Amino acid sequence: MRITQGCFSFLPDLTDEQITAQVQYCLDKGWAVNIEFTDDPHPRNTYWEMWGLPMFDLPDAAGIMRELAECRRVYGDRYIRISGFDSSHGWESVRISFIVNRPKDEPGFRLDRQEAVGRNLRYSTHAYAVERPEGERYADR
Amino acid sequence: MTIAKEKELEAPLETVDVRREFADLGIGAVLDQLDSELIGLAPVKTRIREIAALLLVERIRQKMALATTFPTLHMSFTGNPGTGKTTVALRMASILHRLGFVRRGHVISVTRDDLVGQYIGHTAPKTKEILKKAMGGVLFIDEAYYLYRPDNERDYGQEAIEILLQIMEQQREDLVVILAGYGERMEKFFQSNPGFRSRIAHHIDFPDYSDVELLAIAELMLQQQNYRLSSSARDAFIRYIAVRKTQPLFSNARSIRNALDRIRLRQANRIVSRLDRVLTADDVMSIEAGDVLASRVFSKGAMDKET
Repeated sequence: MRITQGCFSFLPDLTDEQITAQVQYCLDKGWAVNIEFTDDPHPRNTYWEMWGLPMFDLPDAAGIMRELAECRRVYGDRYIRISGFDSSHGWESVRISFIVNRPKDEPGFRLDRQEAVGRNLRYSTHAYAVERPEGERYADR
Repeated sequence: MTIAKEKELEAPLETVDVRREFADLGIGAVLDQLDSELIGLAPVKTRIREIAALLLVERIRQKMALATTFPTLHMSFTGNPGTGKTTVALRMASILHRLGFVRRGHVISVTRDDLVGQYIGHTAPKTKEILKKAMGGVLFIDEAYYLYRPDNERDYGQEAIEILLQIMEQQREDLVVILAGYGERMEKFFQSNPGFRSRIAHHIDFPDYSDVELLAIAELMLQQQNYRLSSSARDAFIRYIAVRKTQPLFSNARSIRNALDRIRLRQANRIVSRLDRVLTADDVMSIEAGDVLASRVFSKGAMDKET
């Protein structure tokens, strides 16, 4: 099941050229660009691991694309996203976030129903991928 | 029909008007500016013209869909202090930007301290950070030979050099590196790092300025600051240049700039010393012979002759 979170996730995967254009847009707006990766696709997993430090004060996207290539080389089997953080007063939050790399095979989620007191049902989503230990989740899929 | 039209546009051109191409890019204006604002430096200007011509032809070839390879644009500027290496590097960035060979046209000027770290593992991130900043523009490394210290084999400079070489080779489209430094030491640097020499296409040597050129530089500097030399001050300054050149630590245009700063100081002092006077704009602008002749350079020169 294809994960859809952040911008552009219902579109076909962005090409490198398109990613460059998006990153350039972030830099032109003065946002700090982050590269983050994870192998836990749960939608509530907000804080992904960061690849290096946030990147700002750069005039051109080429340096960030180089970092992304490096990150893909090491964590090519995981989800990688790029986010742009706007530090200006009144925003101070992430303005854009989009997935730039995903595992070849995404096994998707199972819906768990827990029967609680008084015929209540509690629902939770369970990613099949997390049944294996961290770091091996998408290794040979 | 629109598709047919688009195809027509994409088809390689068979003829290109060189004059129009030249005018469109506005290289002429940049080169003229170079000619008018930089005095002397004939070999440098010729070389820049050649590079500009090559880049223009390369663009035309692209339009004609002929095979093009991205030209190697890394450069090395050698010359004595104050011969205009940094100034030309700044101009170079704007020329390359106009021709479309660098995307942003900014210059990041660094020295050894900015690239080389202080402990193991510090150098690589530091160098990469600078390279990231310079992407899409020009990286100007002043006194590049300090990167390599042959007397210390555990020096981290070597690490910075390796990263630099790698990026210079792999990301030629993204970054132009300009190395600068004094002639002899750069020569030594290239000898011990042959990788650098082969990756740099343009070696440009900056000659020293002649007396006439130095005077022209001084007059240009003064003109930009709304000052001018009176005719007697001009004669005095010609003598000043001749004497200053023979003294140690002479660094071409930089020495001239410093001399002018001191002359302005003395001029201001002269004006302020007589308070009961009505000044005209002319008085404030003009520099008199006395302002120049009060320089220590003359007294020192005279003393040297006596001893």
